[in-house]
Amino acid sequence: MAKVIVVTSGKGGVGKTTTSANFATGLALNGHRTAVLDFDVGLRNLDLIMGCERRVVYDFVNVINREATLKQALIKDKQCPNLFVLPASQTRDKDALHVEGVEAVIEELKKDFEYIVCDSPAGIEKGAMMALYFADEALIVTNPEISSVRDSDRILGILAAKSRRAEMGIEPVKEHLLITRYSPKRAESGEMLTVQDIKEILNIPLIGVIPESEAILQASNSGIPAIHKGESDVAQAYSDIVRRFLGEELPLRFVHRQKGGLFKRLFGGA
Amino acid sequence: MSILDYLFSGNRKSAKIARERLQIILAHEHSGRSRTPDYLPAMKQEIMAVIAKYIEIDQDQIRVNLDRQENYEVLELNIILPEPKS
Repeated sequence: MAKVIVVTSGKGGVGKTTTSANFATGLALNGHRTAVLDFDVGLRNLDLIMGCERRVVYDFVNVINREATLKQALIKDKQCPNLFVLPASQTRDKDALHVEGVEAVIEELKKDFEYIVCDSPAGIEKGAMMALYFADEALIVTNPEISSVRDSDRILGILAAKSRRAEMGIEPVKEHLLITRYSPKRAESGEMLTVQDIKEILNIPLIGVIPESEAILQASNSGIPAIHKGESDVAQAYSDIVRRFLGEELPLRFVHRQKGGLFKRLFGGA
Repeated sequence: MSILDYLFSGNRKSAKIARERLQIILAHEHSGRSRTPDYLPAMKQEIMAVIAKYIEIDQDQIRVNLDRQENYEVLELNIILPEPKS
């Protein structure tokens, strides 16, 4: 049975699209047929992060309005043959996404894919509500910053009340906390909320921590998700998250300050 | 944390302040939120157990909804029975 996963946060700029791109790529690299959908109507960006912006012909709204078939609109990833991107529309019509239309697209995708990753826009407007409505599981992307934690809490409330699972009264959406832009050094010196702080406040299971890293900007600059650069800490952190999602138990990495002497700092690496 | 970090870090307590502010505001926001009562999931399980004693039914076929009107609440129980086998 295909699974629908929403990547959401409430707050903007915390790494939803980056996470969607890397998580979907990771699932595909693990051999799972995956589709990743951009719900940010009017502000399409997943195509840029995935490096397929010049191959966009049709989009999500074209499919909903039956101006194109799903097959025509899905863009096959350059690196992974089992990964497909459905770009958002650049229309300014905010009612372009509606429950019936999105449901039809997701039901059709379910026939052909194992995982459907929904990249939510920021906020709690239509696009965000549509992205989370059909979710079976949710990645709650949170920065170690008070506004982000508060907005994540708000989104958790919405998932528990407004998702399809909530409305039907069936088993609730499974929530996973994913902390991004984490700096172990600053957290350990008391300047930044720690992983433990955020976990306690939001009170949902942690799936992983992405350290603050230059690799993210380099990846988006080149349009190749960071997870492909296996040697970077970001790639390893995302790959751990995917493996945990698929059921493996792995110790948390990149949550403690790099130990090591002066020699290692000078000559030790990146 | 080393003693040097301690001496040179002027903002060392800000995370603690953030944590406290968050706890207070979230507690406040939660109290204002109309949430489903805590007994609802357990009650649903029990109702389902009773139904399952008599009818073979899928969990997805049962909906329990609590709606708030102005000054009363409606508990709605919606069960889709399977087609009788002929």
